[in-house]
Amino acid sequence: MVYRGPYKVRVEEKDIPAIEHPNDAIVRVALAAICGSDLHLYHGMMPDTRIGHTFGHEFIGVVEQVGSSVQNLQVGDRVMVPFNIFCGSCWFCARGLYSNCHNVNPNATAVGGIYGYSHTTGGYDGGQAEYVRVPFADVGPAKIPDWMSDEDAVLLTDATATGYFGAQLGDIAEGDTVVVFGAGPVGLVAAQSSWLMGAGRVIVVDHLDYRLEKARDFAHAETLNFAEFDDVVVELKKQTDYLGADVAIECVGAEADGNLMQHVAGAKLKLQGGSPVALNWAIDGVRKGGTISVMGAYGPIPNAVKFGDALNKGLTLRMNQAPVKRQWPRLFEHVKNGYLKPSEIVTHRFPLEHIAEAYHVFSSKLDGCIKPLILPSAA
Amino acid sequence: MTETDIPTAYVRDRRTTGETPEQLRARIPGWGADLDPADRPSNPKLQYAPDSTGAHWDFPERQPERWPRERSIEHAFVTPVFGTAQPPKGLSGAIRKLAYARYSEGRLAHWMLLVLADRIDAWEEHLHSFATTRPDNPVTETGVKAEFTHHGLSSRKGRVDVRHQVLDPVIVAGPWLAAAGVATVGARRLVRAVRR
Repeated sequence: MVYRGPYKVRVEEKDIPAIEHPNDAIVRVALAAICGSDLHLYHGMMPDTRIGHTFGHEFIGVVEQVGSSVQNLQVGDRVMVPFNIFCGSCWFCARGLYSNCHNVNPNATAVGGIYGYSHTTGGYDGGQAEYVRVPFADVGPAKIPDWMSDEDAVLLTDATATGYFGAQLGDIAEGDTVVVFGAGPVGLVAAQSSWLMGAGRVIVVDHLDYRLEKARDFAHAETLNFAEFDDVVVELKKQTDYLGADVAIECVGAEADGNLMQHVAGAKLKLQGGSPVALNWAIDGVRKGGTISVMGAYGPIPNAVKFGDALNKGLTLRMNQAPVKRQWPRLFEHVKNGYLKPSEIVTHRFPLEHIAEAYHVFSSKLDGCIKPLILPSAA
Repeated sequence: MTETDIPTAYVRDRRTTGETPEQLRARIPGWGADLDPADRPSNPKLQYAPDSTGAHWDFPERQPERWPRERSIEHAFVTPVFGTAQPPKGLSGAIRKLAYARYSEGRLAHWMLLVLADRIDAWEEHLHSFATTRPDNPVTETGVKAEFTHHGLSSRKGRVDVRHQVLDPVIVAGPWLAAAGVATVGARRLVRAVRR
């Protein structure tokens, strides 16, 4: 697929990517997904998203070719590829901050490398395609365990790892009340993961009834539809005995609803780096001395965030792009034990040829869409 | 309000009791599997373990630079590995190069120039597409057909985001209509000038 401007994508023939560095691999994509954060690119919100760019940072596939220095992978290996591109050896990677690698993104120092996520994250074409170039093949990808399904594997490349990471950054203690903003794939996994970390209550906030139903069934959470309340923060305070939640996990990001002015200014007119409604609700809805974990993606342009209240409440704000590979060993155990079931959030499967419809359905949240997968023709 | 009705926030200890760990364990698969904060994968935040990453270099070999690669001036040099998709070209490319060469990531001008370049890039490419056998088609490329195949109307019933979704067609079609208007006016003026 290629981007053709805001709200427009199409399928085009491109050359098969070539090895450009001795530790590159070329992977034939078997399965990809559209992430909620891809919609920020699709809507033209991320600076330096060039026409012709191929999106897609959630994909699995088969190794087609390897560079001369690759030692850990062979042609024919079935691999899952974390959305982070990272070298494994810079100051940040050496300390486990794989999503903050300093050796892969010349365009910006504030963010590491990400497949198919504009030139602001390094200018790499992504995996909603038949073939993709995978740098640092000895560092990023992992062979998919035999027992793991393709759909579980593709969801572990971002959504599941990010949701789980979000719960970790919340520093949840036994019995804590956790509020999760957003019942999309990341929010649903964050809610599930909060239980693994000992939460006593998990409340998921969204405005889409079909997603809240999923939060109840899949993530065993209580739910609040913010559209049903004049002020969802007041409702949260009431439901938490006027304390507020101990932990808030923000899984919405730049296109949050709930305040028309903020949404139009951020998501439509691009006057700020996204609509910070969910982040502001997290600041207001968490108790004093509480923790906010931010997993929602925002652009680099400033936002109208209520920082004064965060200060006055003594909040701890924690955030990062998930260092996916650091999560995998534990996540593999949780998937194997049946504690996490990533593929259960998949609702739609589109052939690559129907990419424009897939984006439209996901973007407009039609047909009960929570997580769409993309099936390349060469798979 | 009697004293026992006073909410937790105003007194010393929690007044509400939730489910017990046993009840939660019975109801939620895996409840408490990661109970110990010290035994979670991202703890501690900085975990020095360079030998575990798979990297067999201290500084990676440099990828050949096939054109002067634009880079943030907050970097000491072009990173050893980088994406090579969509090299900068045309007016949008010149603006992008200026944004990278002149302004750091901390300057709003850097990002606003990149956003401007994105919009110019779109129009450069739209115009270029009309000189090819596959011109841009905003109808097929927006996937709007899915409105009819994936319950466009019923999916939106009662949703609060419908208020701003009406802006989406304006954002997509508006510039095309404006461009068509400008082209029509320009063509008319040209015809008039030729007739004179």
